[in-house]
Amino acid sequence: MQSEQNGRRGQGEQPLLSLKGITKAFPGTLANDNVGFDIGHGEIHALLGENGAGKSTLVKIIYGVLKADAGEVIWDGQPLTVAGPAVARKRGIGMVFQHFSLFEAMTVQENIGLAVTDEKDRKVLRQRIIEVSKGYGLPLDPDRFVHTMSVGERQRIEIVRCLLANPKLLILDEPTSVLTPQEVERLFETLNKLSSEGCAILYISHKLHEVQELCEHATILRGGRVVAECNPKVETPRSMAELMIGDKLKPPERSKPDLAHSPTRLEVADLSRASDNPFGVDLDRVSFTVKGGEILGVAGIAGSGQVELMAALAGETRMTDNNDCIRIDGEAVAASSPAKRRALGAVFVPEERNGHGAVPAMTLAENAFLTAFHRMKLVKGGLIQTRPTEDFAADIIQSFDVRTTGPEADAGSLSGGNLQKFIVGREVRQEPGVMAINQPTWGVDAGAAAAIHQQLIDLSARGAAVLVISQDLDEIFAVCDHICVMAEGHLSEPRPIGDVTVDEIGLLMGGLHDQSSPPLEEETSAGAGA
Amino acid sequence: MVRLEPRQQHSQAMVYLSPVLAIIFTLLSGLVIFSLFGKNPVTALYTFFVLPISTVYGLTELLVKATPLILIGIGLSIGFRANVWNIGAEGQLTIGAIFGGGLAIWFHDSESMFLLPAMLIAGIIGGGLYAGIPALLRTRWGVNEILTSLMLTYVATLLLSFLVTGPWRDPAGYNFPESRTFPDAGMLPIIMDESRLHFGAILALLAVITGWILMARSVIGFQLKVVGLAPAAAKHVGFIHNKLIWFSLLVGGGLAGLAGVGEVAGPIGQLLPSVSPGYGFTAIIVAFLGRLHPVGVVFAGLVMALTYIGGETAQIEIGTPAAVTGLFQGILLFFLLASDVLTTYRVRFGSPVAERGGSS
Repeated sequence: MQSEQNGRRGQGEQPLLSLKGITKAFPGTLANDNVGFDIGHGEIHALLGENGAGKSTLVKIIYGVLKADAGEVIWDGQPLTVAGPAVARKRGIGMVFQHFSLFEAMTVQENIGLAVTDEKDRKVLRQRIIEVSKGYGLPLDPDRFVHTMSVGERQRIEIVRCLLANPKLLILDEPTSVLTPQEVERLFETLNKLSSEGCAILYISHKLHEVQELCEHATILRGGRVVAECNPKVETPRSMAELMIGDKLKPPERSKPDLAHSPTRLEVADLSRASDNPFGVDLDRVSFTVKGGEILGVAGIAGSGQVELMAALAGETRMTDNNDCIRIDGEAVAASSPAKRRALGAVFVPEERNGHGAVPAMTLAENAFLTAFHRMKLVKGGLIQTRPTEDFAADIIQSFDVRTTGPEADAGSLSGGNLQKFIVGREVRQEPGVMAINQPTWGVDAGAAAAIHQQLIDLSARGAAVLVISQDLDEIFAVCDHICVMAEGHLSEPRPIGDVTVDEIGLLMGGLHDQSSPPLEEETSAGAGA
Repeated sequence: MVRLEPRQQHSQAMVYLSPVLAIIFTLLSGLVIFSLFGKNPVTALYTFFVLPISTVYGLTELLVKATPLILIGIGLSIGFRANVWNIGAEGQLTIGAIFGGGLAIWFHDSESMFLLPAMLIAGIIGGGLYAGIPALLRTRWGVNEILTSLMLTYVATLLLSFLVTGPWRDPAGYNFPESRTFPDAGMLPIIMDESRLHFGAILALLAVITGWILMARSVIGFQLKVVGLAPAAAKHVGFIHNKLIWFSLLVGGGLAGLAGVGEVAGPIGQLLPSVSPGYGFTAIIVAFLGRLHPVGVVFAGLVMALTYIGGETAQIEIGTPAAVTGLFQGILLFFLLASDVLTTYRVRFGSPVAERGGSS
C-alpha cells in the first residue's frame, strides 16, 4: 500500500510530532501519566484504549484545548505551546471531532466559510471546496443545506474544512461510528491518499478491525499510561483488545438455538409514527417478530430511527390509535403505559445511560428500584421497601460484577462500563420474557462488553426474546441470530446472520442515500430532489 | 475575563455546609451594614439575633413566626424537588385565609366545635384550588408556572383588600378596613399559657413528619425526585409528569392555604388587608436554605423567623428601619446562591483555553 512506504519513518529523520512525558491530572484521576510517542510525516497512527484510558485528554492537549500539567509537545523539532485550537490549526493540526459542529440551517459553503477569516481566501472558497472535495473523493455540493445531508456527508464537510487549511496532522476521533461499511472504505481511501501526500493522521478508534486495515502503527493507552506500541498489521484485533484491557478476552459463547417451535414473544406490525421532534426520524411501517430464545439485531447508522423505535417499544411514546401494532406475548400494548408493558414481562434499556436509563444523582439502590419496583415487588402500601431494594441492588452488583462501593454509591460515580453492567443486570435479573436494548455496549470497555454480551445470550437461552439495536456490526454478528437494518425510519426484512455479508448490510444501511460515488453534478441534483 | 467552570467533582459535605457559610457571611455583612448606619455593630447584631430569643416569650414568638414558614416551606420543597417552581405561595396563603376566614365571618356567632376544623379544611382547599390554576395552565397549555403563580399573588391580595374594605367589612368597625373578629370557636387553641403559640405549630410539625416520610420512603416522593433529576428517565419508566405537577402544586398550595388560615385564626383573629408579612415569599428561601429537606426546612424556618422578630426588636431597641428584615433575608439568599454556585463551579480568570474549537 502507498501509505506504508510513505508513512515509514526513516531512521534519524525527525518525527512530525513527538510527545514527551505528557502528564495531566484531574481531581481524583490521573488522565495522562508520562505519555510519550512519536508520529512521523505521513504516518497513520492509531491511538487505542478503552473508555477512560486518557485518549481524549491526550488529543485535546495536542489540539490545544487542554494544557498539560507536565511534559512537552515537540512539533517539527520545535517545542509547541498551543494556546488554543485556532493556533493549532495555524500550525497545521486539524481535528475532526466525534460530534460535529455544523449549523443545520446553513449551506456547506456557509458552514465552512465561518472558519475562514481571510477575505482573500473567502473569494476563492467555493472553488477550493470543489477542488479539495473532488481531489480527495469527498464529493460536496457547496450550496446544499446541511440539514438535508446524511451523517456521513456531514462528516465530509468537517474533513474538507480541515483539509482547506493544508494540515500536516489530521486527528480523527471515532470517525467511523456514523458511517456505513462502504462509507468507511471511501474514508480510508481518502486517508491513505492524504498519508501518501505526507499528511500524518492520528486515528482514534475502538474498532480494531478498522485499525488493523488502516494503520501501520498503534499506541495503546491504559489507565493514562502507554502500555504498548505495536504494528496493527501483525497483531490480531483480539491481541490488541487484550493489550487494551490488560487481560484475556473471552469471546461470547453461544449455541445455535432451535427456533422452530418457539413462540413469538415480541411482535411489531406496521408501526408508523411521525416523530415529535422536528429533527427526529419518522417510523415508517416497521414490522418484525422476535421469538423466545432468539436474538434479533437491528443495524443502522446513528439517527436512522433507532431512538424512536426504542421509545415506541418502551412506551415512552404511545400509539393511542393503533394498539395492535406492538404485541408482547400476544397482548396488544402499543397504547399502554411503560408500567403495563413491564408488568407483562418486557424490559427496556435505552441508549443513554445517564439521565435516561439511570439517574446519576441517585444511589444504585434507588436506580434498581426505578425500573424493577413492580416486578420485584419492592413497594408495600405506597412505601418503598428499603431493605429488599438494597438487597436487590446488592444482588445485581455481586452477580454482574459491578465495580463499586455498594448499593449506596451514586450511579453517577460509576464508570460507563460498570453503570451499563448494572443497568443490564437490573433488567436481566427481573427475568423478563422480552428485552429490547439500544446500543448495549456503546462507550463500554471490552471486558464489560464481553460480560454484557454473555448476559444477553444467556437470557435468550432461558427463553426470552431479545432485541439488540446497535451501530456496531461486529457486535450484531457476534451475538444475534437474525439481522435487519434500520434506515430512515424503515426496517428491512430480518435475515439469518449466516446468510448475509457485511457488504449487503452496508447497502441497506445507506437507505435512500446513494452509496456509489457519483460525480459531483449528480449529487447536486439528488440533493435538490431530496 | 472571568468565567465559571464546572468542577469535576463536588463535595457532598459542601451541600450541607453552604447554608451555614451563607449564614456566617450574612452576619459578617450585618456587621458592615450596621456600622454604616452608625450603630455599634456588635450591639446591633446582638439586638437583632440574640435579644429577641433571650426570653421564653421570645422563643414562643419565634415559633409563631416559624409556623407558617415551615408549613409553606415543606410544601414548596416537595414541588421544587420535581422542578415545579411555585413561587405564588403568598397568594395561596391569602386565598387560604379568605376561605377559612370567610367561614368564620359567615358563622360569626357559631359555637360549634366543627367550625375550626371546617375552616382549616377550607383553607387547604382554597390554597390548593388557587395553586390549581397554574397547574392547569402548565399541564394543559405549557404556561410557565413561575409567571402565573407569581402574578396570581397580586390578584389574591387585591381580592382580600376588596373583601375587607367592602362586603366583609366589620359593620361595627368604624369603617376601618377590617373584618369582624372571629368567634372563639373559630380560633386555634393556644398551646402554651402566656404566649401566642397556637395549635398551628403542631400542624406544622405533622407536616414536617409527613413530608419527610413522603420524600424519603413513598413511591410518589420517589417519582417527584426522578422527574426533577432526570425527566427522560421518569418518562422511560412511565411516571406521569402532569400528574406530578398537579400533585406538587396542590400540596404546596394546600399547605400555604393552611398557613394562611393558621395566621388569621391564630395571631391575627380577623381578616385584615394584609395577613402576611411575605411569608409565602420568604418560604422560598426557607425551602432552599433547608436544602429541600423537611428537617432542613425546620431549621431554615427558625432562622428566617428570627429575621422577622429580630427586625422588629431592632426597630424598637436601636431604631433601625423596618426594611432591615428584608435586607437580611435578601443577603442570606444571595450568599446561599453564591455558595451553591461555587460548590458546583470554580471561578477562572483569563482567556478561555478549555473551549471546544471544532468550528470557530
